[in-house]
Amino acid sequence: MDQRSVWYNVDWISILLFLVFVIAGWLNVYAAVYDDQAHYSIFDLSQNSGKQLLWILSSFLIIAILFLLDYRFYNNLSIPVYVTVMLLLVFVLIFGREVAGSKSWFEIGSFRLQPAEFAKFATALMIAKYFDIAKPKNIHSIKTLVSLGAIIGLPVILIFLQGDTGTAMVFGAFVLVLYREGLSPLILLFILLSGIVFVLTLFIDQVYLLSAIIILSLIVFGIIRRNVVNLSLLVGTAAYCLVLSAGVDFIINDLFKPHQQNRIKALIDPGADPLGYGWNVTQSKIAIGSGGFSGKGFLQGTQTKFDFVPEQSTDFVFCTIGEEHGYLGSLALIVLFMLFLMRIIYVAERQKSRLVRVYGYGVASIFFFHFGVNIGMTIGLFPVVGIPLPFFSYGGSALWAFTLLLFVFIKMDAHRKQILDR
Amino acid sequence: MSDLGRPITIGIIFLFVGVIYAYKLFTIQVLDSTYQAEAEKNIVQKEILYPYRGNIYDRHGELLVQNQPAFDILVVPKEVKRIDTLSFCKHFNISKEEFDSKMLKARQYSMVRPSVFKKMIPIREFAVFQDFLVNYPGFSIQPRIIRDYPDATLANALGYIGEIDKRRLARDTTNVYRQGDYIGISGLEEIYEEELRGRTGVKYNLVNVRGIDKGSFKGGAYDTSAVAGKNLMTTIDRQLQAYGERLMKGKRGAIVAIEPATGEILAISSNPTYDPNLLTGREFGTNYRQLSMDTTKPIFNRPVMALYPPGSIFKVVQSLIALEEGVIGPSTRFPCNRNQVNCHAHPNPANLHNAIKYSCNPYFYSTFRKIVNQNLHENTFIDTRIGMEKWLDYVRSFGLGEPLGIDLPNEKGGQIPGLGLYDRIYGENRWKFSTIYSLSIGQGEILVSPLQMANMAAAIANRGYYIRPHLVKKIGDESLDYMNSIDRHEIPIQEKYFDMVVEGMKDAIQGTAMRAYIPDIEICGKTGTAENPHGEDHSVFMAFAPKDDPKIAIAVYVENAGWGGRAAASTASLMIEKYLKGEVNRKWLEEFVLKGDFIY
Ligand SMILES: [Zn+2]
Repeated sequence: MDQRSVWYNVDWISILLFLVFVIAGWLNVYAAVYDDQAHYSIFDLSQNSGKQLLWILSSFLIIAILFLLDYRFYNNLSIPVYVTVMLLLVFVLIFGREVAGSKSWFEIGSFRLQPAEFAKFATALMIAKYFDIAKPKNIHSIKTLVSLGAIIGLPVILIFLQGDTGTAMVFGAFVLVLYREGLSPLILLFILLSGIVFVLTLFIDQVYLLSAIIILSLIVFGIIRRNVVNLSLLVGTAAYCLVLSAGVDFIINDLFKPHQQNRIKALIDPGADPLGYGWNVTQSKIAIGSGGFSGKGFLQGTQTKFDFVPEQSTDFVFCTIGEEHGYLGSLALIVLFMLFLMRIIYVAERQKSRLVRVYGYGVASIFFFHFGVNIGMTIGLFPVVGIPLPFFSYGGSALWAFTLLLFVFIKMDAHRKQILDR
Repeated sequence: MSDLGRPITIGIIFLFVGVIYAYKLFTIQVLDSTYQAEAEKNIVQKEILYPYRGNIYDRHGELLVQNQPAFDILVVPKEVKRIDTLSFCKHFNISKEEFDSKMLKARQYSMVRPSVFKKMIPIREFAVFQDFLVNYPGFSIQPRIIRDYPDATLANALGYIGEIDKRRLARDTTNVYRQGDYIGISGLEEIYEEELRGRTGVKYNLVNVRGIDKGSFKGGAYDTSAVAGKNLMTTIDRQLQAYGERLMKGKRGAIVAIEPATGEILAISSNPTYDPNLLTGREFGTNYRQLSMDTTKPIFNRPVMALYPPGSIFKVVQSLIALEEGVIGPSTRFPCNRNQVNCHAHPNPANLHNAIKYSCNPYFYSTFRKIVNQNLHENTFIDTRIGMEKWLDYVRSFGLGEPLGIDLPNEKGGQIPGLGLYDRIYGENRWKFSTIYSLSIGQGEILVSPLQMANMAAAIANRGYYIRPHLVKKIGDESLDYMNSIDRHEIPIQEKYFDMVVEGMKDAIQGTAMRAYIPDIEICGKTGTAENPHGEDHSVFMAFAPKDDPKIAIAVYVENAGWGGRAAASTASLMIEKYLKGEVNRKWLEEFVLKGDFIY
């Protein structure tokens, strides 16, 4: 292995963005619970910021180890890693400790680990491995769909059983990977359509919505060429929309748990119960909105520090950025994340190996989902789903898992000239 | 990499979300400024520092009104843990319904901010359940003050304070008051509200979501400290006041005593009265409603608001005007002609001295006729008009017909019938002396307040001037100056005429008011009896003493007490004795007055 070429070929832009994220994240974790009266140092290990620094430093260690290991290792170990993590997910269901309603933590002394965080990495790797081994010609073949469904579905079910709906939802992001690898765009459109109908049902009276769907279908019927395929597509879509919109009430009222119903209600109208289910969204928006254009300044925020925003170090960590650094800070974060995601796609596309490319898209999809859902919920565009903002939210498991996810990709990319598509 | 369509599609999906978020953040962070206010509302908690309202003292520095600590009980609903509502209600003496409605109100205001649960609990009551309070987390106290009246006297003059009402709050353009603040509503509390109230302080605290103090907002830049109100020193003699109220117990009427040289009011009593302690604190509403529905009108401030015909005491004024106009002299006699007006047995015909001494009605009928009909015009109507115009100027110079401007609210000016009044009733030049003759003995269309009667006595005691009567002599450390040309009112009648009248008043004590006689004090007075078509006549007495260098001028009005020489003169005499000697020796007279009960 040529060491010089590894350093030469490594993607410094991604690493630089990673460093910017973790350092900004660290400062922000310090600011989120900063207490003007207590004078804790940012290095104080009894505080979140001190611990986060430890997580960051240990993640550097992980990076070092990742770079020392042979790149072939990841290829060969994909399946064992996946199997191990799945087993951990099963074990955690049996031996895990229940924290805040979800049984997803291993506890060894004071050390806590959340295997679900690593399941994303393992699954991304496993999907890549599947494409590498099976080399499916047609992704729509029953065999391929069942295999991919099983690879993705297994961790989803296990994590769902732990009660961690948010993390389970992250696996939905892999649909982008499959799309990149040939899945019909109709599936994306179908998901998009479902989403639109679902949201519209929440806001518009059912009778109007049902009539709108029927009228729209009739208009489309008048425009399109009336052959068998088109007509069956149209009828199928219309029927699906009708059933979905008619069924949303049933889904929300009978399938969702009360706290999930409340999250949906909070999304529609947080003002209806600002002290109850609307509290999180209301307070989160107040914190971010009060930052104004340029923010209140580092450590000068009040809403997060005074606990008006819940989970201000973890799920709602973006509020501190919005409050202390204003629109400039929020925009900078969005722009940097967009650069980061674009960079990952770019790097994925330059791979000769399908394994690395598929994995790269897995990485991008996971980061995208976390970014989109996390920030979306803090500004009231998405129901409150408890998933962290990568590199910013306080917590070791998440930071380690994201670091692992990213740097395995960077390591693979560094060897892109050596890895050939088999 | 044959097909870049899909990677680009995925990139566009990512960017699409990024752009939507950037736009949404722009709207909430830059375009919408309401979040800043919301954030401030979250963290800034206003603490109101109630100032100490000024005390009120009597002329010797003895307390009339002070503050007693009281307590508001505040509740923070979020911190109220499963409590035994039943025992709570028992401890705090409220019903379950009251508890529920108050908690609901508090919850609607805020789960984490304190709201008032129970208002103005006096310290006696508070001490009882202070011990229970610790058992109920979420409940805390805020110190307030309530007014306290150690003597329970002077109710109507002192007035009362109460929670500011919505209309008054809306009118307050200076933003001094907040909802829940107390404000002087009547009496001195109202007139001197600005001096007494002090300044409410505000402290802006930062609090976290649980209401825990996180320091002061912006380093205390917007905080103001409470400034205590100024104390008032009144002109009231506390003991004389209390004595007057005691004498008037069971009667309807008023006493006003003035120090003639200064215009200082020594005592001002309105009866029936009430215990001012009733209108403090929590029971204000209930008690006020009861008092205002009481048919004896205890909250009607008679000394400045009740108007009565002055009756015979007005004869003194008639004498002075006639002397100054030169229409009579000290030796002028008029026969006691009972065909003109009614009279009673006395030496006849009387000169001025005896006319005052025996209060001869026909004498003043003739005197008044001489004043208004001086034959300055051949037409008797016009002649009367000219005479009346002169007469009115004199009468008004005694402070009659218009408010004197005492420092009490709602002072009535009374009624001196002007030319216009008679023109309206009878038509211009259609009225003459025979139309208006009852004015000669203080009856008819003339109405004065007890304060004006006392002031009249003071003006006579001063032999020709009066100082605007007032109740407050000192605000804080600053003495009020009434010895100036605005507050000193001259009466355009020469001093020698006053001396003549005063002699008559001195002897009037032997003539018509024997009971008012005090062995070693030269007291000058004049009785009056105002006809009351609805029952017993009203009894009135106006006096001052000592004759030379007078220290006290007084008017006593007792409704339905019959002839003036009895109830009113006795009361005034006792008041004078009390004030000048410090104690009353004539217990038999005291007994007589105390026993008199004329309310029906
Ligand atoms: Zn007579």
